[in-house]
Amino acid sequence: MELKTVRTKHVPVQYFEGGEGEPLVFLHGAGGLDLEQNFLNGLAKDFHVYAPLIPGYGESEECGELRDMLDFTLHTWDVIGEIGIEDPILVGYSMGGMIASEMAAIAPNDVSRLALIAPAGLWLDEHPIPDLFSVMPFELPKYLFHDEAAGAKAIGANIQLTDPAFLQTFLVRNARQLGAAGKILFPIPYRGLAERLYRIKAKTLLIWGESDKLVPPVYARAFQSAIPHAELVLIPEAGHMVAFEKTAEVLAAIARVFDEEYVATTR
Amino acid sequence: MKFVWFNLMPWPYLPDDFREKNRSVWVDIDSKLFDPVKSHEVYNTYLDLLEYAATLGFDAIGANEHHQNGYGLMPSPNLIAAALARRTEDIALLVLGASIALYNPPVRVAEEFAMLDCITGGRLVAGFPVGTSMDTNYCYGQIPALTREKYREAHDLIMRAWHEREPFAFNGRYTKLRYVNIWPRPIQQPHPPIHIPGGGSIETYDFCIDNTYSYSYLSFTGYLRAKALLAGYWERVAERNADSSPFRAGFAQTICVADTDEDAERLYSKHVSYFYNRCLHVYPGFADAPGYRTIKTIQKGVLSQYAPLSGFQDLTWKDLVEGGHIIAGSPETVRQRMEDLIEGLHVGHIFCLLHVGDMPADKCMHSTKLFAEKVMPKLRSRFADFGEDGRFWCKPLAKRVRAGSLPSQPELRELAGKDA
Repeated sequence: MELKTVRTKHVPVQYFEGGEGEPLVFLHGAGGLDLEQNFLNGLAKDFHVYAPLIPGYGESEECGELRDMLDFTLHTWDVIGEIGIEDPILVGYSMGGMIASEMAAIAPNDVSRLALIAPAGLWLDEHPIPDLFSVMPFELPKYLFHDEAAGAKAIGANIQLTDPAFLQTFLVRNARQLGAAGKILFPIPYRGLAERLYRIKAKTLLIWGESDKLVPPVYARAFQSAIPHAELVLIPEAGHMVAFEKTAEVLAAIARVFDEEYVATTR
Repeated sequence: MKFVWFNLMPWPYLPDDFREKNRSVWVDIDSKLFDPVKSHEVYNTYLDLLEYAATLGFDAIGANEHHQNGYGLMPSPNLIAAALARRTEDIALLVLGASIALYNPPVRVAEEFAMLDCITGGRLVAGFPVGTSMDTNYCYGQIPALTREKYREAHDLIMRAWHEREPFAFNGRYTKLRYVNIWPRPIQQPHPPIHIPGGGSIETYDFCIDNTYSYSYLSFTGYLRAKALLAGYWERVAERNADSSPFRAGFAQTICVADTDEDAERLYSKHVSYFYNRCLHVYPGFADAPGYRTIKTIQKGVLSQYAPLSGFQDLTWKDLVEGGHIIAGSPETVRQRMEDLIEGLHVGHIFCLLHVGDMPADKCMHSTKLFAEKVMPKLRSRFADFGEDGRFWCKPLAKRVRAGSLPSQPELRELAGKDA
């Protein structure tokens, strides 16, 4: 994957690009792209992948002009327009799934297919989503992974909070990333999406880890019943970080549902 | 010097094993620990203590705003100030303050402060805190990265509401009002003096300097640790070519006075420990929502005082006194330490936290009285060169009415007779 920069009206935005085939735009979750590199490389075997970093992540500059859901939705369309991608497949994970859903709802004719991996964006009073913003770094694995120990190891490599210099870098990064994410996820990760999902026209694939403890699978059924053409693939022994924990299975589900043959028979 | 008597109004019945059994004193504190019947006495005792302090020569008594907080029972500081407005006559009331980004619409604050100013005859000193992350983000749901923008807009709206004399339309991002035209309006024109509590963010330094507001650092970790932060503020004041009036700044300090140093430990250490070891037991996840602090501030190394890396646990009386968290001891000891504080920080306003933790009324009165009679007079003349810096303090009406000045029964009878 190659790291490139595109200029939008507001800020320069970094994105990863790689692979050949149909254009596919991947939108990352609140944690960024750190643990998604294998998954992106896998996608790049079948698709021409673009993975932009939301302002505040990586070298994408923070953007004061992005405040609400509409801003994030239009911003991401702007990025796609500036890169020059047409009729993309949108794949969104967690927060990225929320943005992808909004994009597909606001511009239903501009999305070829939609894959939502454990998307945020809905809220069920009976199943409150844990408050990611008040969770301490060491508590994250139990919400994010099926295999907590392996997950802790994967993210633990990046967290040494006893070193003050590291702590400052960590805090700055956290403030930039989750500060940006908070604009659409804090304090409740819901900005009215339930009222707009009916507009989505794209064939939609929902992928969920069966043991997702952050956005539990009951949300999968809520998305499925609200989106007109949605198929659900539940993946066993996977938590919220399903694309990290079960990379091959997630790639296989996307390939199966989105491959050209499938498209040819359904169009 | 200006001395403000302050009580955070802690709930005094947190159990001994509070820290072990509860993750936080704030935000998600166990609501079953609050007993409304007991609170009747707690509130009234705390109000009595504020009124008592008003009789001893302090310049102001103060109230502040916290939510869902076991050491701060004042979700509405303006209600406390209203109760005090009628029970005091000459002392200033400092509301430090109303978290203006949390009021919808924020002109509510312009109205309520105006009411307080009118009722007290111009004795109000107003405060506009951004609010802690616990209060503003976690309890009141404001989006962390937008909190400051919303705060600034609320400030601009309130200021226009106080300054402009014709109804105006306000097309803000967070508040839209067709007719802003507050009634009543403050006695102090165009508005009461403003104090801004801050925690070390550079944006707040500049905001205070540019608007001639007093910057208050409300910390519980004492004056030794505050030196770097206030030095940063004074550097910024100099950089922006503002004068160095000490009344540009205030500092909150926990103070305990007894006849001797030993008496201070004997009388107060239990209550100080209650405060530092129970009341400050804040879950670190609530200390600083990502985006609440600006990147510039974090890069400067200013971390939240509510999430010290080492924690506050197991701080003994000796640790707290020697580390300067608290100033405690005989009047002479306290005087010396207070002089260090005042000189070291160059602050003209001291918010004296003379009620600490679960301190009962009698001990609080003892400490307060000793401070007022034996310490305060010796510190009064500090910064005399700067005179009465009226930019940062209230200007009450010379002729004020007293509570209970209705016509007497004979006067009423006379009236009835005349009419008859």
